[in-house]
Amino acid sequence: MSDEQLLVVEGVSKGFPGVQALQNVRFDLSAGEVHALVGENGAGKSTLMKVLSGIYKKDSGTVKFKGENVDVAGPLEAQHLGISIIHQEINLMPDLTVAQNIFIGREPKSFGKLFLNDRKLNKDAQELLDSLKLPLDPTQIVGELTVAKQQMVEIAKAISYNSRVIIMDEPTSSLTPTETSALFVIIENLKKAGKGVIYISHRLEELGKISDRITVFRDGQYIDTLKTKDTTIEKIISLMIGREVHVDLRPEANTSTSEVVLKVEGLSSKRLLKDVSFDLKRGEILGFAGLMGAGRTEVALALVGKDPITAGKVEVNGKVVKINNPADGVALGIGYLSEDRKRYGLLLGQNVDFNIILSSVKRYSTALGFFKKAESKKVSEAAVKTLSIRTPSVNQTAKNLSGGNQQKVVIAKWLTRECDILIFDEPTRGIDVGAKEEIYKLLRELAAQGKSIIMISSELPEVLRLSDRIVVMCEGRVTGIIDNKEADQNVIMQYATKYRN
Amino acid sequence: MAAKTSIGHDESQAKGGLVASIRRQAEQSLAFASLVLIFIFFSFANSAFYSWSNISGILLSTAVTGMLAIGTTFVIITGGIDLSVGTGTTLTAVMTAYFLSDLKMPFAIGIVVGLTSGALMGAINGLLITILKLPPFIATLAMMLIAKGLALVISGVAPIYTDSVSGWDQIALGNLIPNLPNAVLILFVSAFLASIVLNRTIVGRYTFAIGSNEEATKLSGINVNKWIVIIYAIGGLFTGMAGILLTSRLNSAQPALGAGYELEAIAAVIIGGTSLLGGKGSILGTVIGSLIMAVLINGLRIMAIQQEWQTVVVGIVIIIAVYTDSLRRRKDRS
Ligand SMILES: Nc1ncnc2c1ncn2[C@@H]1O[C@H](COP(=O)(O)OP(=O)(O)OP(=O)(O)O)[C@@H](O)[C@H]1O
Ligand SMILES: [Mg+2]
Repeated sequence: MSDEQLLVVEGVSKGFPGVQALQNVRFDLSAGEVHALVGENGAGKSTLMKVLSGIYKKDSGTVKFKGENVDVAGPLEAQHLGISIIHQEINLMPDLTVAQNIFIGREPKSFGKLFLNDRKLNKDAQELLDSLKLPLDPTQIVGELTVAKQQMVEIAKAISYNSRVIIMDEPTSSLTPTETSALFVIIENLKKAGKGVIYISHRLEELGKISDRITVFRDGQYIDTLKTKDTTIEKIISLMIGREVHVDLRPEANTSTSEVVLKVEGLSSKRLLKDVSFDLKRGEILGFAGLMGAGRTEVALALVGKDPITAGKVEVNGKVVKINNPADGVALGIGYLSEDRKRYGLLLGQNVDFNIILSSVKRYSTALGFFKKAESKKVSEAAVKTLSIRTPSVNQTAKNLSGGNQQKVVIAKWLTRECDILIFDEPTRGIDVGAKEEIYKLLRELAAQGKSIIMISSELPEVLRLSDRIVVMCEGRVTGIIDNKEADQNVIMQYATKYRN
Repeated sequence: MAAKTSIGHDESQAKGGLVASIRRQAEQSLAFASLVLIFIFFSFANSAFYSWSNISGILLSTAVTGMLAIGTTFVIITGGIDLSVGTGTTLTAVMTAYFLSDLKMPFAIGIVVGLTSGALMGAINGLLITILKLPPFIATLAMMLIAKGLALVISGVAPIYTDSVSGWDQIALGNLIPNLPNAVLILFVSAFLASIVLNRTIVGRYTFAIGSNEEATKLSGINVNKWIVIIYAIGGLFTGMAGILLTSRLNSAQPALGAGYELEAIAAVIIGGTSLLGGKGSILGTVIGSLIMAVLINGLRIMAIQQEWQTVVVGIVIIIAVYTDSLRRRKDRS
């Protein structure tokens, strides 16, 4: 780390109707440094980053870039100054190719600036991707890529501006450990090149590996800045939440019974699954572990009728059932919380109340189809409270919530709806430590009430902590079903990589 | 829904670009194949269909709405819509004829007036959409009415004849290439140029980018408002071109002719595989879509099917075209 100060933020405030998102905060960044910013969902992290990258206008305060006062008026000005950002939500043009996305607005031209030079565009993109060691094809259409790969496109795009300051707002929330390490290598190289990186993440264990300093925000206010090597995760958590939080690593009480509610035998699907068998008991939390592409999400999609089943048998409560489309899954009482909240989970333009009640509308309407507004409001307000969703009221439009709070709304929606079998796919993505604890508690309560839960998660500690049994998958097959007592990270990783060289 | 896949360089990924480009070509050849099939069907059904004079008649009849469809393609790829191109054609035709006949302006001025009035109308649509933030449907619906009214006012509700301008009818009806009306030649040259603009220039790239994700385009530092105005103005330029062709073909401007053309143009664009949701589309597809409509109408007419039923058939064809398209898209996804 050199002493050159790239960025100094002082006394910045920013308010929205009903919310003071930032109140007199400060932050600074030196060349060759990774400065992490942490805080609960809704603490104001993304808001500050949007101020720095010209998307929001600050209400007051100063931003100094390389010693000079600047007013970043828009994304283009941020680019010119040398500040680039990887947004928390993926912001790409799905119909354009990887290369077209990366160089949008900076396309190489030929014949006196009149025409695009797509050959050079693809070549430049390929060189950039190679130098970052990202396995992407520049000519592939972005909409056809997985979320993780789209995230890599975002990373490549942000770095291609060759900016002095690079902001990464939860870049790893949809990446696996392998991809995350690849990103850390990239970040190390950026540091060596004298750039400054602002790094936001709810995976606090990452901070020890990558950051030099950590700043904590709480409720829109600056709390403290600490040197990473002089602090602990526990200390950071207590600064974030304002009190001690007991992070429990022991498995919770097992509430599973011997009654099998879901039995899957020899399930295969067109896309990936081969001969998948397992059963789920009443009151059980069944964890699904595995690497990306192991087929965990595909199991869920087959069970809710989104992916056609080509072979095998599914029994619900002892009866063989046919699940041909999503309505069948719903009728059988199987609920699915998707890993891709923007596309399948949330109506961004509707308010919080509407979103929470959405899948249980029937329960909150009269025989004639009129909506019981007061009753539904009571329920959604209760959900907002239990999950501590940070919103001025349940009438707030979903898109105005912070990323983590949007995820909580999706969870609230599925908790409100009474399903006997619930499938949660990456439920705690982007959620802060405190709220995670709340969600774990709720899942455990649901299980104790006799619901059965399948939980797919890429975070092993979470799987280990919550599951009664763990199904491990690799390349579309089940490679092991382990009792929690016998499971640890090593055992799971062994099964998860069984078919890999 | 996207499948989770591993980080490794798997084969499907390496082939992704190629597969995608082959698929895109296949989509187009699907529309092309339907055109050929319809063509062959009518050729067998009635011998009068398969003659050069009939075919060049078909082509001539596509010239005006085909031109509008090309302009509309740009607008629809941004995720917008332009309902004003039909009566816009009337207005540009009336403007052109007014300058030529009433003001006795020379030939070249007529062309300039036609093109600029079209582009201006498009630009105003763009400004209504970006500055006043009106939805494209509303902004261009209003413009449709304004253009209709202005055309009636300027023309005094009577045709304006352009036969005083020597050679004006040759723009559409002359034969630079023997036996081929110039209007058809102009349509194909315009389509070629439009295709280059859409695929090889920055305007084209931003047209797709805005239709694909306007917010992300904005966040990439692109002045989306400016480009939307430009894109609607380009659409308007083709409206102006259509107006010129129409006056030339009729050697007059008819103040009531043009309303409804916008729907034919939109239908051609959709049949050609351009998505109403934005982000996807091609000029070649639009040209094929226009031809499918023109061949159908001509063929049905030759088979002496009543006008009323012709319209019904076109409606059904749109349903089939869009349904097969969405079916294929759904298959792609799973
Ligand atoms: N455009 C907006 N309109 C209204 N309120 C907003 C808007 N953007 C953010 N907020 C509010 O400002 C507060 C801070 O949000 P911000 O997105 O900065 O949180 P965050 O720290 O990034 O949280 P997360 O960890 O969940 O991403 C939240 O209460 C949020 O609801
Ligand atoms: Mg955020």
